[in-house]
Amino acid sequence: MTKKQSKLEANNLDAYYGDFQALKNINIAMEEKAVTAFIGPSGCGKSTFLRTLNRMNDYIDGFRIQGQILLDGRDIYATDVRVDELRKEVGMVFQKPNPFPKTIYENVVYGLKIQGIKDKKILQEACEKSLQQAALWNEVKDKLDKSALALSGGQQQRLCIARALAIQPSVILMDEPASALDPISTAKIEELIHELKKNYTIVIVTHNMQQAGRVSDHTAFFYMGELVEYAKTKTMFTSPSDTRTQNYITGRFG
Amino acid sequence: MQHIDEELRRLREKLLEMWDLVDYQLTSGRDAVMNADHELADRIIKLERKVNNYDIKIDRMCENFFALYTPVAVDLRTVLAMLKINTNLERIGDTAEGMAHFVKKIDRPFDPELIELTKMMEMYDQALAMFRECRVALVQDDPKHAKEIIKLDKALNKIYRKSDVVITKYLQANPDRIPEALALLSIIKKLERVGDQVTNMAEEIIFYREAKVVKHKRKKKKKDE
Repeated sequence: MTKKQSKLEANNLDAYYGDFQALKNINIAMEEKAVTAFIGPSGCGKSTFLRTLNRMNDYIDGFRIQGQILLDGRDIYATDVRVDELRKEVGMVFQKPNPFPKTIYENVVYGLKIQGIKDKKILQEACEKSLQQAALWNEVKDKLDKSALALSGGQQQRLCIARALAIQPSVILMDEPASALDPISTAKIEELIHELKKNYTIVIVTHNMQQAGRVSDHTAFFYMGELVEYAKTKTMFTSPSDTRTQNYITGRFG
Repeated sequence: MQHIDEELRRLREKLLEMWDLVDYQLTSGRDAVMNADHELADRIIKLERKVNNYDIKIDRMCENFFALYTPVAVDLRTVLAMLKINTNLERIGDTAEGMAHFVKKIDRPFDPELIELTKMMEMYDQALAMFRECRVALVQDDPKHAKEIIKLDKALNKIYRKSDVVITKYLQANPDRIPEALALLSIIKKLERVGDQVTNMAEEIIFYREAKVVKHKRKKKKKDE
């Protein structure tokens, strides 16, 4: 949809939970180093779609897809793709901050340790860099050995972002990353998203229309498993072309 | 009806009240010009304060609406349009007031021959008709009607463009009527402005209904003419 290169692409994607079809023929190309927001009412398929982008749905019984999802032109559901390798490339941040019951430091380097990296210097550098990128370093640099659970909700969420960044992904998926946070913490996360898009491709699911407007470059509106409209965010929020989009974003649905 | 629709309805109602007030100024202005009625001119001038109060009130309502409802899509375009229509209405009120001041400068009705030659009354009626039809377009949310109104502005411009020459000729034959002719020329200029301002408002109706910006196209066309 743009001149810039697309990082992620879905082609004729259908997704099913058993007999229920959750996604219907989704075709979308998401731009590299930009923020794409998915909006739509609960149950519209936006989170399902987000989770197909790093195969998080693989764990769900009866879940299957048809069609393709391409990351850098490569089908992530191809048989030769290793899911753990894919998730190094495509990190995820969830709605509720979910730090491990470990120290701040251990949280950030967790993924690297799992990968077998033991060199303390490398781990420490990665920890500082990730916390800097997540705009949390200044707040926690003197208490890296303290429990992550002692941090505030907003700090915990930025820690989770730092943890995702530590393994150096190129895509970060965010599932309502600020919905459980107060306005100040939300603003920090949104600022962070602005910063991160210089180096990462970000896909965010949000129920907050204003947030989608503030942080994203492109917005996709999902409804009943369909991708109804996908356009530049400015266009979506000023003159959407589909009546269903207009009704949803102006709060006149149903 | 949702709360947001109720707010939009109240905003629109306020704007229409202001519209009627400005309509009164313009309509009375016509009589005041025709009869050199200083008393009526005074009433028009006095009303300006009331129009200004509406202007401030509507600005504030729009500001609150933005702050409290963070509107998007058609709601956003509607409030933006209301804000701009408000500005233009206030200016039309100013224009009517300006014409009333010119009426106060003359101590007898304009020379019927001068009125006839300049087609000033024809222009006045056309401007008034555009103004009233624009209200209809707003009430009926009718962009098609708004487009028709924009076309009417051409006739006003045509009369306006000829007025300099017509008045020069008239003054050559009637050199003792300079103040009167100049006052009339000023009124003609103001009527031309009313036509432009109504056009602006009609463009806003098209904008909020169809999400189309027509104003620059028209100006470009005008330049090319």
